[in-house]
Amino acid sequence: MTLLEIRDLRVTFGRRRDPFVAVDGVSLSVGAEETLGLVGESGSGKTTVARCVAGLQRPDAGTVTFEGRPLERVGRRPAELQRAVQMVFQDPRSSLNPRMNVASIIGEAWRTHPSAAPSGDRTAALHALLADVGLDPDVATRRPGDLSGGQCQRVSIARALAVRPRLLVCDEAVSALDVSVQAQILRLLVDLRRTHHLAMLFISHDLGVVHQIADRVAVMRRGEVVEEGPASDVLGAPQHEYTRALLDAALDLDDAGSVTA
Amino acid sequence: MAQHDALLRVDGLTVDLPGTRGDVRVVDGVSFDVPAGTTVGLIGESGSGKTMTANAIIGLLPDGARTGGRLSWRGEDLLHADGARRRKARGHEISMIFQDPLAALNPTQRIGRQVGEILRRDGVGRGEVRRRVVELLDRAGIPDPAERANRYPHEFSGGLRQRAMIALALAGSPSLLLADEPTTALDVTVQARILRLLRSIQETDGLSVLLVSHDLRVVANVASQVVVMYAGRVAERGPAPQVLRRPAHPYTKALVRSVPAVRTKTALADPLPGAPATPANRPAGCPFHPRCPIARDRCRTEVPPVREVAPGRFSACHFAEEVLTS
Repeated sequence: MTLLEIRDLRVTFGRRRDPFVAVDGVSLSVGAEETLGLVGESGSGKTTVARCVAGLQRPDAGTVTFEGRPLERVGRRPAELQRAVQMVFQDPRSSLNPRMNVASIIGEAWRTHPSAAPSGDRTAALHALLADVGLDPDVATRRPGDLSGGQCQRVSIARALAVRPRLLVCDEAVSALDVSVQAQILRLLVDLRRTHHLAMLFISHDLGVVHQIADRVAVMRRGEVVEEGPASDVLGAPQHEYTRALLDAALDLDDAGSVTA
Repeated sequence: MAQHDALLRVDGLTVDLPGTRGDVRVVDGVSFDVPAGTTVGLIGESGSGKTMTANAIIGLLPDGARTGGRLSWRGEDLLHADGARRRKARGHEISMIFQDPLAALNPTQRIGRQVGEILRRDGVGRGEVRRRVVELLDRAGIPDPAERANRYPHEFSGGLRQRAMIALALAGSPSLLLADEPTTALDVTVQARILRLLRSIQETDGLSVLLVSHDLRVVANVASQVVVMYAGRVAERGPAPQVLRRPAHPYTKALVRSVPAVRTKTALADPLPGAPATPANRPAGCPFHPRCPIARDRCRTEVPPVREVAPGRFSACHFAEEVLTS
């Protein structure tokens, strides 16, 4: 069953007479509980696609629907659709309010979406939510500045989960983390995907990470999807020359010494 | 390695930085060699001290930093040399490139002027400076170098800026290039080209490179020797292929396992718990012990010295032999 459907999406920036076409006729879909990996280099348009899905960017043309219902800009979205699609950003520190403690950050999400707020004991619900993302209850009273990068990213994920979403849009969600912490957050996302029946649009420049967690992969270049298919096909036996070029440039631990003059 | 082979010998280097609660030893007794004409990879996560080590080598530490140990540069102790000697070494003998060339380059000066600065300071004539700048930009793979020399940094793409930075670093004909995360901000296709450029310059000039990076894939592909740092100390060092294929420290092992393959699907690694230790909160004993899957009582109390655990292989783990054979 298709959860998210993107059809002929087009986004331009700048002057009307000479626009920069950031997204040029992109069509993609994400099924329920499916993870779609979106890869490409900077300027490929992958983040702009994510921003359209999250309602942070208005497309010039095309449609984005969730279970057949249009996903408009975030302000015009019915509350239940706002809840259904949540985003996790690259830099966990700058996406959390430094003045609020963790309990207030989660409380704000519940205030925005009362239908997702716990009906009973809020403290117990908060502690359960923190436990879901691998954080101790005492984190509730701390502010982002007192937490490590990995802990901040767990708080961002908890904030998204607090409103019981169906689709997580992860834009380079592990890219800014230390290598040893990256593995923790990936494991967490994979576990939550299963326990919370989440679909994911997982955007990353790291082909290895995408290969690890995506069911399907779409490759973007200059605003267009050049190749799309099951992760093992696209990354294991690429058909498009650009995908091959990306894979050729990507380094692996195994081909040590491969960079020759 | 015999002493005469080392271009640079870092010996028991310490760096203390003033903190709000007293000094913090951010580099704690780091030793390794950079042999002439080789690339040494310095691997570490945040707080590992890798960048401070590089900054200490080139003499760009923040105000109030105190250093100890020795930096033996062709046998001469650079760490205790006077300011004039260090300034002379910087650019002519040792130079550095950074992750963000836009921050390192002067936005108000044309690229050519910046690349030629060291030549002008050396008293090279105007026409000759101009000729050499164009040659340096050309060698760094910048197309149409004579025209690009008149441009400003913001007119360059990220890849071209890093090439300009490399041209600037090479202007003084150094023997050692310190490269601090030189490709981290670049797309993979651009990264591959910059790494190839560094490799080709190294081969033609016999340059030594100290590549500082958190990215094991980059280090694995360009370095012949690696030094793995954790919480300001060396965890492990040795020849790159051996260290990365058969680590002698549980931390290196965990790092290697957390790097997924690109062309085949890798199962998710069992992640290490917690965050990297920082020098300000360095655990007692082995600094890695709170996250280590094989930590025992001894690890909590006794600091493991860096010792040779197999020919050419150095590890700061009490149980390195066990790690090597497991």
